[in-house]
Amino acid sequence: MNTFLAAAALILLLTLGAGLVRVLLGPTPSDRLMAAQLIGTTGIAILLLLAPVVRVPALVDVALVFALLAAVAVAAFTRRHQTFRDRQ
Amino acid sequence: MSPADWLASGLIAAGLFFFLAGTVGLLRLPDPLSRLHALTKADNLGLLLVSVGLLVQDPDPLLGLKLAFVWLLVLMAGATGAHLIAKRAVRGDGEDAR
Repeated sequence: MNTFLAAAALILLLTLGAGLVRVLLGPTPSDRLMAAQLIGTTGIAILLLLAPVVRVPALVDVALVFALLAAVAVAAFTRRHQTFRDRQ
Repeated sequence: MSPADWLASGLIAAGLFFFLAGTVGLLRLPDPLSRLHALTKADNLGLLLVSVGLLVQDPDPLLGLKLAFVWLLVLMAGATGAHLIAKRAVRGDGEDAR
């Protein structure tokens, strides 16, 4: 079972790497932000899958913190330009 | 492998499929809004299936509570983030303004 979980985490890591292509190409900042959101969700899934494999239950708590930070990051980056422009 | 392990494997494999679909959508769809559509739904469903699979494999109430919180947080963050990104993209201020 642990081998399966580790393989699943590896597959998720590969899809995450493929998502990075969109960060590189992404014509608009929105596309890059979407890729960042993908990295957030996939990273959480990887942590959850690895927690039983490496027998570190605290990784689930790390995933919880990641979920919180991903929400804050997207909100902060989408507000950035608007406040900058309004101030001018 | 026990029946619970088989069920967990099936759920996690289904979750992986949705993650894969989300990434393919992000890479292949033509414009930002359809990419957003593909990404936010597929990933949340994938995370749900992976969490339920892990819970089936290790039925612990505390772990279940934590996984539920992780999923709900990601769901709320995904919905809010999708609206914020879509609003920016529609208003056209998604471009680099210098």
